[in-house]
Amino acid sequence: MRRLRQALPLLPFVAVVSIFLLIPTGTVIVNAFVVDGRFSLDLIAALFTEAPLAALLRSVVLSASSALIGAALGAVLAWLILSSAPTSLLRRAVLSLASVLAQFGGVALAFAFLATIGLNGVLTLWLQQLLGIEVASGGWLYSVGGLVLVYTYFQIPLMVIVFLPALEGLRSQWREAAVSLGASTWQYWREVALPLLTPAFLGSLLLLFANAFAAYATAAALVSQGSPIVPLLIRSALTSEVVLGRAGLAYALALEMIVVVAVVMVAYNLLVRRTARWLR
Amino acid sequence: MKPLRILLWLLFAAFFLFPLYAMADFATRDLHAGGRTISAWVNLFADDALFAAIVASLLLAVLTVAAMLALLVPTMIWVRLRAPWANRLVEFLCLLPLTIPALVVVVGLRNVYLWVTYLLGESALTLTFVYVVLVLPFAYRALDAALSAIDLQTLAEAARSLGAGWTATIVAVIVPNIRAGVMSAAFISIAVVLGEYTVASLSGFQTLPVQIVEIGKSDGPTSVAASLATLIFGFVLLFVLSLVTRRRRP
Amino acid sequence: MKNSLLGLAATALLTAGLVACAPPTKDEPAAEGNARTATSAADFGGMDGLIEAAKAEGELNVIALPDDWANYGQIIKTFGDKYGIKVNSAQPGASSQEEINAAVQQKGRSTAPDVFDLGQSVALANTDMFAPYKVEHFDEISEAFKDPDGKWVNDYGGYMSIGYDSAKVPTIAGVDDLLKPEFAGKVALNGDPTQAGAAFSGVMMVSVAQGGSPDDIAPGVEFFRKLSEAGNFLPVDPTPATIASGQTPVVIDWDYLNVEQSKKVPGWKVIIPHNAAVAGYYFQAINADAPHPAAARLWQEFLYSDEGQNLYLRGGARPVRADSMVTRGSIDRVVYGGLPPVDGAATFVTVAQNEAATKYLEANWAKAIG
Repeated sequence: MRRLRQALPLLPFVAVVSIFLLIPTGTVIVNAFVVDGRFSLDLIAALFTEAPLAALLRSVVLSASSALIGAALGAVLAWLILSSAPTSLLRRAVLSLASVLAQFGGVALAFAFLATIGLNGVLTLWLQQLLGIEVASGGWLYSVGGLVLVYTYFQIPLMVIVFLPALEGLRSQWREAAVSLGASTWQYWREVALPLLTPAFLGSLLLLFANAFAAYATAAALVSQGSPIVPLLIRSALTSEVVLGRAGLAYALALEMIVVVAVVMVAYNLLVRRTARWLR
Repeated sequence: MKPLRILLWLLFAAFFLFPLYAMADFATRDLHAGGRTISAWVNLFADDALFAAIVASLLLAVLTVAAMLALLVPTMIWVRLRAPWANRLVEFLCLLPLTIPALVVVVGLRNVYLWVTYLLGESALTLTFVYVVLVLPFAYRALDAALSAIDLQTLAEAARSLGAGWTATIVAVIVPNIRAGVMSAAFISIAVVLGEYTVASLSGFQTLPVQIVEIGKSDGPTSVAASLATLIFGFVLLFVLSLVTRRRRP
Repeated sequence: MKNSLLGLAATALLTAGLVACAPPTKDEPAAEGNARTATSAADFGGMDGLIEAAKAEGELNVIALPDDWANYGQIIKTFGDKYGIKVNSAQPGASSQEEINAAVQQKGRSTAPDVFDLGQSVALANTDMFAPYKVEHFDEISEAFKDPDGKWVNDYGGYMSIGYDSAKVPTIAGVDDLLKPEFAGKVALNGDPTQAGAAFSGVMMVSVAQGGSPDDIAPGVEFFRKLSEAGNFLPVDPTPATIASGQTPVVIDWDYLNVEQSKKVPGWKVIIPHNAAVAGYYFQAINADAPHPAAARLWQEFLYSDEGQNLYLRGGARPVRADSMVTRGSIDRVVYGGLPPVDGAATFVTVAQNEAATKYLEANWAKAIG
C-alpha cells in the first residue's frame, strides 16, 4: 500500500514512456511476426532475401567505417581540446559546436555537404576550375562512400563528447607517479593510460556504431534513389507507390534494427561500467 | 609538440568549418544572374510554407521543453526523495530511447497516432509527446547530474517543514538550485527538436527539417540558407549555455 | 529490484493490451446527409445546389499536388478564386502511397485529404477507399479511362519523354544516343522505379524503345545497366532545382513535366522516342471519408469541366476529355497543337503487366545500376 502511494506520482512519466516508446516498440516486435492476422515467419524470412541482406551489409559497413574513423579522429580531437585551458573561450566554442553537429540532426548536415561537394558545391567548382578534377561526377556523394564522409562529420563530434570525460579522468598524478617510479613516457602509455582508456574507447566506438546504424535523416535527405541501407529500405517499404503492400516488411526491418542496436548497446553498457570505476 | 598541435587544430578547423562556409556561399548565390543575393534568406520569412514550418518547429521545441520539464523534474525529485526503489526503473526508461531508433518508434507509432489524432487533433504539435520521449536521455543526464550536486533531502525537508506544499517546494526552492541542469536539458532538447526529421517526415507533418528537404527540390539556396540558420541558432544556444553554466568538476 | 520488475511487467501488459486492440473506434463527424453519398450533381439538385453545398463547407483538402505539376498551381488558384473555397494543399512532395497513408492516419479528422490524384498501382489497390461519383461529362470519357461506377476516373496523362538542355548536350534523336560519351554523368531518371510510378514508366519507355514491350521490361533494365557502366547514369532525382542549376541536363520524365521546364530553361527540348510512346494517366478519386464531401465533388466537376481540362492542357498534360473537346471545339487549339508530337502508337501498361514488371524490377534493378 505504501509502495502504491509512492509509485502513483510516477504514473504520468511511466504512461508517456509506455505509450510513445514501449507500445510502438511492442507493435513493431509483434507485427513482425504477423501476416494477415496470423502468426507467421514469412516476414522474418523476407529479411534474408537478397535486397534486405545487401542493405544490412551496407548498413554495417557504413556504420563500422564511420565509427572507426570517427573514433580515431575524435579521440585525437578530444586530446587536442584537453590540452587547451579548461575555461577558455576556444574550448567552450569547440564543445558547443561539437554538441550541435553531433545531435542537431542530419538534414542540415546533408545540405552542408551538398553545398560543399555536391554536383554544384563550392569545393567541386573550385577543384573543377583550379585543378580540372571532377570530384562529384556520377553522384558519388549520394552513394555509400559519400555517406561515410558525411556520417564522419557527426561521428567525430559525438566521439569528442563521449570520450572527453574518459580522457579527463586520466589524472596527471598517475603520470607523475609512474615517472617517479622510473617509467618512460612510452611505458606510461602502454602500461597505465592505454589499458585505462581502452574500454572507454571501445565503448565509445560501439556507441558511434549504433548511432550510425540508426541514423535516418542524413541518408534520407541525401539519397533519393535506391535503398542502399536498412533505414532507407524501411522508408521505401512504407512509401513506395510501385511495390505495394510492404508495410509488413517495414516491421521486420525495424525489428532487425532493434536487435542490432540493442546488442551493440548492451556491449557498450558493459564496457562503460568497467571504466566508470576509474572516472570518479 | 606545439607545431603538431597547431597543425592538427588547423586541419580539424578546415574540415568542420569549410562546409559551413560552403553553405554560406551557396545560400547567397544567384543561380540565374551569377552574382550574390540575399533572396534565399528573405525567403525564410517570405515563403509562407517555410515560415509556417519554422513557427511550427519553434512552437514544438518550446512545448517539448515545457512538457519534458513538467514530466521529468517532479518525477526525478520524487524518486530521489520518496521512491528510491524506482531509481533503476526510471533511469532505464530514460535511457531506453538511445537503444530504440526513432525510425523504429515511428514505424510502430501508427496505431498510437490514430488515438492521438482522435483525442487531440491533427496539428504538428501533437508530436510533442514523441519528442519528449526522444529527448529523455539527454535531459535525464543533465537533470541527474544537477540533482546529484545539491543536497536535495535537506532542501526539501527544510521547505516542507516551513509549510510549503510540494508544488512550491519544487518550483520555488529546488528548481532555482538546479538551474544549470534545467537550462542544459532545455537547450539540448530545443536543439534535438529543431533538427528532428525521422518521425516528422514519416508521419507526414511539415516541420522545419521536413520543409527544408521539400524546398531543396525546387530551390537549392533557400534550403541551404534555412539549414545554415538552424545550425547557427543551435550553436548560439549551446554556446550561451556553456557560458552561463559553471563547469562541473570531474 | 522486485519493484522494477513489477513496473516493467505492468508496462508490458499495457503494451500487449493496447497493441491487441489497436485501431480505435471513431464516431463519424455529423454526417452531412446527402453530400457524403451523392453520386452525381443531381443528388444536390443540380450544379447550383452542389456549388452552394461546397461553399457552405468552405474548405478543400488536397494532397501531393506540386504547383508545377500539370499546372496544379494554377488549377488550385482558379478553383479557390472561382468558388471562394479555401484550398489546403498538403505535402506536395508526397508519393501516391503517402496520400493513402495520410488518409488512413487522419481518418475522421478535418485535415484528412478530400481527393486523391494517384498513380495506377496505388489507385487500383485501394478502390475501397473511394466514393463513387459521376461528373457531368462522365459519359464523354471512354470506358478504358474510368471505373463504371465512377469510383476513379483518369484526369490527365502524358507520355514518357526525354528532356534535355540543348545548350549543354548534343541533340538527342533516340534513347540510344544517351550511351554516347558526351552524356557522361548527365542522364537522370525521375526517381527510383521500385518506388515511384513515374520512374517505372520511364524504364518501361526505354524498354519499349529497345525492342521490349509492356510484358518485357528486361531490355529497359539492361539499357540502364549499360548506361550506368558507361558512367552516364546519374542516380539523383531531377528536380526543378537541379535542372535550373544544370546538375541534371538530361531528364527522363513525363512530357508535361519536361515541357514545364522548357518554360524556365532556355533551350530545354523535349522528345518522345520513336515508336516508344508509353502513356500514363493519373487517377482522380474522392475519399469516401472526405471531411468536405461537397467541396470534393465540386473539385471533380471543376477538373473535368472544359475550364479545368484546358488548365491541365496548359501545363503540358493531355486531358482525358481531349478527344471529345476537340470534336466540340472547346479545347485550346493553340496549346494542344504545341504538345510534343507522338510518333507511333501509344503503349498502355495493364495492371497485370505492371505487377509482372514490378517483380522483375524488384529482383534486378538494384543490381543493374550497381
